[in-house]
This record gives sequence, structure tokens and C-alpha cells, in this order.
Amino acid sequence: MGLFKTAFNKIAQGLTKTRTGFVGGLRSVLAGKPISDGLLADLETRMIASDIGVATSRELVADLRAAWERGEIETGDQVLAYLKDQLRAYYPDEDRALRFAEPGAVTVILVSGINGSGKTTSIAKIAKSLRDEGKTVLLAACDTFRAAAVEQLEVWSQRLGVEVVKGKQGGDPAAVAFDACAAAVARGVDVLMVDTAGRLHTQDHLMRQLTKIRDICAKKVPGAPHEVILVLDATTGQNAINQAKVFTEAIDVSGIFLSKLDGTAKGGIVIAIREQLNVPVKFIGVGETPDDVEPFEPGAFVDAMFAE
Amino acid sequence: MFESLTDKFSGALRKLSGKGRITEANVCEAMDEVRTALLEADVHQEVVDSLTSSVVDKALGTEVLSSLQPGEQMVKIVYDELIELMGPEHSPMMLVDPGPTVVMMCGLQGSGKTTTCGKLATNLIKQGKSVMLAAADLQRPGAVHQLEVLAGQVREGEGGTTADGGDRVHFYAEMDKVAEYGKAIGAAVTVCRNALTEARKQHCDVLILDTAGRLHVNDELMDELKRVNQAVTPHQVYLVIDAMTGQDAVNSAKAFNEQLELDGVILTKFDSDTRGGAALSVKQVTGKPIKFIGIGEKLDALEEFHADRIASRILGMGDVLTLVEKAQEQVSQEEAEALQAKMAKGQMTMDDFLKQLQSIRKMGSMKSLLGMLPGMGSQLKDLPLDDSQINRTEAMIKSMTKAERGNASLLDGSRRRRIARGSGTSPNEVSQLVKGFEMVSQMTKQMSGMGMVSRLKAMSGLGPAALAGGQMPRLSGSTPQRKPKFKQRKRKSR
Ligand SMILES: Nc1nc2c(ncn2[C@@H]2O[C@H](COP(=O)(O)OP(=O)(O)O)[C@@H](O)[C@H]2O)c(=O)[nH]1
Ligand SMILES: Nc1nc2c(ncn2[C@@H]2O[C@H](COP(=O)(O)OP(=O)(O)O)[C@@H](O)[C@H]2O)c(=O)[nH]1
Ligand SMILES: [Mg+2]
Ligand SMILES: [Mg+2]
Repeated sequence: MGLFKTAFNKIAQGLTKTRTGFVGGLRSVLAGKPISDGLLADLETRMIASDIGVATSRELVADLRAAWERGEIETGDQVLAYLKDQLRAYYPDEDRALRFAEPGAVTVILVSGINGSGKTTSIAKIAKSLRDEGKTVLLAACDTFRAAAVEQLEVWSQRLGVEVVKGKQGGDPAAVAFDACAAAVARGVDVLMVDTAGRLHTQDHLMRQLTKIRDICAKKVPGAPHEVILVLDATTGQNAINQAKVFTEAIDVSGIFLSKLDGTAKGGIVIAIREQLNVPVKFIGVGETPDDVEPFEPGAFVDAMFAE
Repeated sequence: MFESLTDKFSGALRKLSGKGRITEANVCEAMDEVRTALLEADVHQEVVDSLTSSVVDKALGTEVLSSLQPGEQMVKIVYDELIELMGPEHSPMMLVDPGPTVVMMCGLQGSGKTTTCGKLATNLIKQGKSVMLAAADLQRPGAVHQLEVLAGQVREGEGGTTADGGDRVHFYAEMDKVAEYGKAIGAAVTVCRNALTEARKQHCDVLILDTAGRLHVNDELMDELKRVNQAVTPHQVYLVIDAMTGQDAVNSAKAFNEQLELDGVILTKFDSDTRGGAALSVKQVTGKPIKFIGIGEKLDALEEFHADRIASRILGMGDVLTLVEKAQEQVSQEEAEALQAKMAKGQMTMDDFLKQLQSIRKMGSMKSLLGMLPGMGSQLKDLPLDDSQINRTEAMIKSMTKAERGNASLLDGSRRRRIARGSGTSPNEVSQLVKGFEMVSQMTKQMSGMGMVSRLKAMSGLGPAALAGGQMPRLSGSTPQRKPKFKQRKRKSR
């Protein structure tokens, strides 16, 4: 089953991995218990421990409290269900699908993020899913900065049997993007995935370089980039908000790939990002192989957050 | 989004003013602000709880120092506590004799292990040591080559070769052991063992092992690391952690420490605008010293850890000391004194102005630089302060004649138009520059007793803040009465 048809199996697997190492088991605290002030306080603690952030956690708990006071929810189990509903409303299905160009035209997916967040690996993951769906994929190795970054993408391209356009180490990444767009159009591929060098959102000149890469895609391919992915490491704390904000300003991020959710980190910061910047989460990464990717599913996300 | 703690305090503690003693009621209210600020800085909840309770204990009944407001005093207590918890200060890496001293890097995926191996090697080479870098990440595609490239860069850098052309940097890898994910598990043990044999043969002072990233919950991979640990018994095991890590930092740090008995921690990517609360969490849960912090992708971007700086950063008070050091790197003492003498007499010229701008730019991007100033972080986001402005200013000044640069009052309308044409700017921009220059030279004349950083701060309308180590930032907005003295500190690594 392809990535873009919802597959719950793998999430369940990936998320079981995330169930070890919790500070305490809230699920058992929730199950069968009536809502109380103490329970709400525990919930807030758990949310903060998931990196949702103080302000957003308090808002979520205030919503729960209001629902409780209105008599809509009474037990711990209903709390979970309520949160899931809320999050599903927050992340409607249509927001989570990849956007493609018209049939027959090239779709460009630009992938960005800070250093080491998992961009290259996430590209391999998406590329494999697309390939398995019968699409032709071309990769652009625009990380000309980090040592052996091009080689890393090349290894993936060989393993996946997709082609890659590269420049030389230390070369101009915008030039690589230019060549790759031209090649994608000339070869008539379905999807071009552009890998970029990791950069901190505080590095103005590198953020401008990213905008330039985006603009080149837009100029060379009509409607491009169709999707602008920000790869966010699930272990990231509150700084992710700044990251999302600045990357969105620079290249208009259309979705987040939340990587490394197979650890004990919960990635709760994406909720604050959604709330403040309205950027949806599209995928989650749950391992280091190209198969370790799943569509983001709010219900499972909530489950993982409150699992024992 | 985040107000600095100090701002919050001033609100919460305003009612305290004038009282001579901190009492339970007002402390508790203020503590809520402290909690929030620390959580927003990514300090782990449990660490926050224990910290706040010990702060309350210390604060209760404290006489308010005459020089400080109660709010400031509370911040000072928190600040001191943070420093105490994150200390002790930098302790140099212990090298064994005879070598090789074996150093093993470990950590989660993408935290910066490989890059840090290169940085450590650079650091050691500068101290005259010989180093072997061994590639024990057989899993991430390109990881071996990445380390090889870095080893090459270290070799090309200062001290990479001995006077007679001998190699100080060695690289060890076994390419045939590289395999797809999950298929090479265990091979790293052999590679590390062989690397040690080779390092002995080559008489290397230090052997640095670059291991694959792994999750602390991946038993198989953690087991591999334990086996490497047993096979080569490293003298130093360092955990490399991303400084932007959130609440989960304690989980991974704790697991790595339990399974490997860490000797130290290295926090990377501190060049971001993270508040860096993970530093405190990790120190608390492992009890192991923070050895270095990474502040960039280049090989020289490794610094000693200074608890006081990170403490003020966590509290949102900016990283003043780093700024001072950066400034000192760029401006020599004599240059600074000469300039100050000129300024005091109101004789600053456009040339001086340009030089200052250039040295500021060398320090880093304007924003990241000003972001280090106390309380500036959040306000900066919207300022159009970018490096291209410095470029434009530079172009304008370079389009001036020597006489004009020496005497800005020559710059009449027609000269301004000429300069605008020459520099690709507008006459309006040139006028703004002249106005700005006049303002600055006026201001610097008034502020000429202060050091460069105080000037920067005074210009941005902020009072003086923490300068000397361990000394408390004064949080009121007054200008200093005495001339602040900066300890001239030469960086050891340069
Ligand atoms: N456990 C885990 N590791 C991941 C995941 N995604 C990426 N990684 C690892 O994170 C490290 C950095 O990934 P990479 O794709 O090179 O990051 P980039 O620098 O952003 O391109 C590599 O060791 C990857 O194998 C994930 O979802 N889970
Ligand atoms: N800005 C910045 N980037 C860093 C720092 N340390 C490492 N990096 C970058 O983080 C990414 C991952 O680093 P790498 O050494 O490959 O991580 P590893 O997977 O743990 O070996 C690379 O893009 C590095 O250039 C740092 O201190 N600051
Ligand atoms: Mg990459
Ligand atoms: Mg590595």
C-alpha cells in the first residue's frame, strides 16, 4: 500500500517503538478516572513534556476544562477522544495530502530544514513511495556544502534506482537547482525532489540562498515548487517555532516532515506551529530506512503522546 | 513571542518594590514566571521543579541588597543557581601518556558527531597533538567519506603537518564493512579495535572514534556501542547533543549515560537562537560536565563551555560575554584605544565608521550578533537589520573621496548625488548615512569611556548588563557610572 493512501499499520509499529522510556504512564491515569483538577494538571504536565509548549498546553487544557464544565466530557477516556477530535479538526485530511502538478507536468518538491534534521533521508523515503506508485522521480543534490552530502544522496538514488542531478562540492546550489529543473522538464519526469543543505534559520544569507533556489524552481517549472517541505527533528524543543517561522517567510513552507518520531520524543511542537503559523504536518519519519515513513495521523499522534 | 524573564519579573515583582525583604507570597507568584521562562527555554520540567524549589528556599528571607531591586535580586538568585548547576567551568580534555588517548563520540542521529570529530581534531592539532580519526559509522550513506573529507580539511588547516612535512592527521576506515541499515551492526567493534592498533603503530596522541547515530531505545545499536566501549575502553566518551533539543533531552542523555558512563557532553548548534535549556537538563540528569559547545559548521567553530553565558541565555538575558569575545577578536586593543581617543575628541571619521562596520560584520550576521544582547532577541525579528545594509553602507563610504571620508561636513547635495550614483544607491540613502554617522559620532563622543559592547548597547537603548563573569546583570536602564573593564581574554584555540 502506498504512502499516500493512509496506512495505519506502520504507524502503530513506529509508535510502539515510541512507547518505551516514558516518564510515567498517563494512559492508566486517564483510563476510567473521572476528570478532576488534578487530572487536568497531569495532562498539562504531559503536554509540556511532549514539547507542545507552555502557552499551547495551557490553551488545550483550558479547552478541555471548558468542555468538562459544559458537561461534554466526564472521564479520562473521553479526554483522549476529545483531544483526538480537536486535533483531527486541526489537521484536516486534505491538508495532509501532497500537492501535485497537472497530470503530465513536472511536480517539484523542495525540501529544507536545519542541519541534520533528516532532509536527505526523508527525500529517500518520499522518493521510494512515489517510485512504488509508478512515478518517475529525479533528485537534485543541492547540498553542495556539507562533506559527502552529494555522495549520501547518490547512494540513495542508486539503492532506489532513481536518477540524480548533481554539481560539484562547494559549487553554487542554485545552479544545480537550475540544471535539475531543466533536466526534469527535458526528461519529462513526474517528480523532482530538491535536496538542500542544512541551514540555521538565523543565517540570513543562507536563507536568501534558499529563496533563490525556490525562485529558480518557480521560473523553470510552471507552478513550482508544488510542495515545500520543512523537515523538523521531533526532538526539537521550542526553537522549532522560530525555525518554522523563518523558513516559512523565506520559502513559504507548505508542510512539515516530522522526522525521528521513532525515539522517545513526541514532537508536540508541531501543534504550536500549526496554531501559530498554520503549517500542517504531512509525514512522520519513524526510522532510517526508506520504508520508515507514514502519513501524519492526528489520532495516532495523540495516542503516542499519552501512551504509557 | 517569548518575553525575557526579566521583563516578566519586572511585572510580577513591581509590587515588591520598596519592601526590604523577599516574602513567601511574592516569591511564589514570581516563581510562576520563572517556571514558564525556563520551560520555554526547554529546560526539562522536573529540573525546573527542583530548581524553583531551591531558589525559593534561597530567596526566602533574603535581605534585598541595597543596589538591587527585589525583582533583580530574584533573577540573580536564579542566575546564580543556574551557573552552579551547570558548572563546573571548562575542564580541559585529559590526555594519557603514553597515548593514544581514545575518545569516542556518540549520540542521536544528526546531532553533529562527525562534524564535532573534525572540530576536536582541529583543536588538538593546534595544541601540537597528532590525531587519528576513525570512521565507525558504517550505516549512514556517505558517513565514512564525510569523515575522510573532514580529516583532509583538518590536515590542510593550521598545524596539520609537522615542520618536516609529516602528517599529524590520520584517517582510518574499512570501506568493505560499510553496509545498509541494520546489516553492519557489530562491525563497528572490529573497526574500532583495528583503528586502535593502527593508532598505536602510528604513535598518534589521540584516537577519535566517530560512531553511527542511534536512538537510545534501540537495544541492538546501544549494545554495539557497549561492545565498542568494552573492546577499546575509551578514555573519554562524549555524548553529542543538539542544543535545540526539547524535553526529550533528558531521556536520551540518561540512557546513554547509564549504558556507557559518559565522561562529558558536547552541545552543538549553539549558533542558532535556541535558549539552550537542554544544557541544564542534560547536566542535571547525567551529572557529567559540558565539555564544549559547537557554534557553526566550520572546523574552528568549537568553544569551551561557559556556564554563565548559557545561564543568561536560558534566562533570555543574551550572551553578552560571547559578544565581548567576538568583538575582541576583531578589534585589537590598540586599535580600540586609538579609536576611543579619537571618538572622545569627536574626531571619528567615515573611515573609522567603515572599519567598525567591517569588524562588526566579521563577527557574524548583524541579527545573530545583536541577538546576543540582553533582551534584544525577541525584538530583533522584525528589524530590517541585515547584512546587505552594511554592504550598501560600505559601497557608499567607498564612493567618497578621501577628503570627504575625513570630513563629513563636506558632503553637500551634489557630492551626495555623485556618491549615490557611484554606489548604486539613492541620494536619500546617502543623506541617511550622513545623518546616522553624525548621530553616532555625537553619541560616541558622549559615551567615549565605555568599551565597545557598552557602546553597542547604549546605542540600542539598553542599559549595561552582565559583563564580568559571575557578576549579576544590572537590570535597570541606567548608564554605568564607572568604566566597565573587560578582561582581555585571548582564545586558546586561536
Ligand atoms: N531514527 C531515525 N533517524 C533518522 C530519521 N530520519 C533521518 N534519520 C537519521 O538522521 C541522520 C541525519 O539525516 P540526514 O537525512 O542526513 O539529514 P540532513 O542533514 O537533514 O540531510 C541520519 O543518520 C539519518 O539516518 C528518522 O525518522 N528516524
Ligand atoms: N550550525 C551548526 N551546524 C552544525 C554544528 N555541528 C554540526 N552541524 C551540522 O549538523 C549537520 C549534522 O552533522 P553531522 O556531523 O553529520 O552529524 P552526525 O550525524 O551526528 O554525525 C551537518 O549539516 C553539520 O554541518 C554546529 O555547531 N552548528
Ligand atoms: Mg542532507
Ligand atoms: Mg556522523
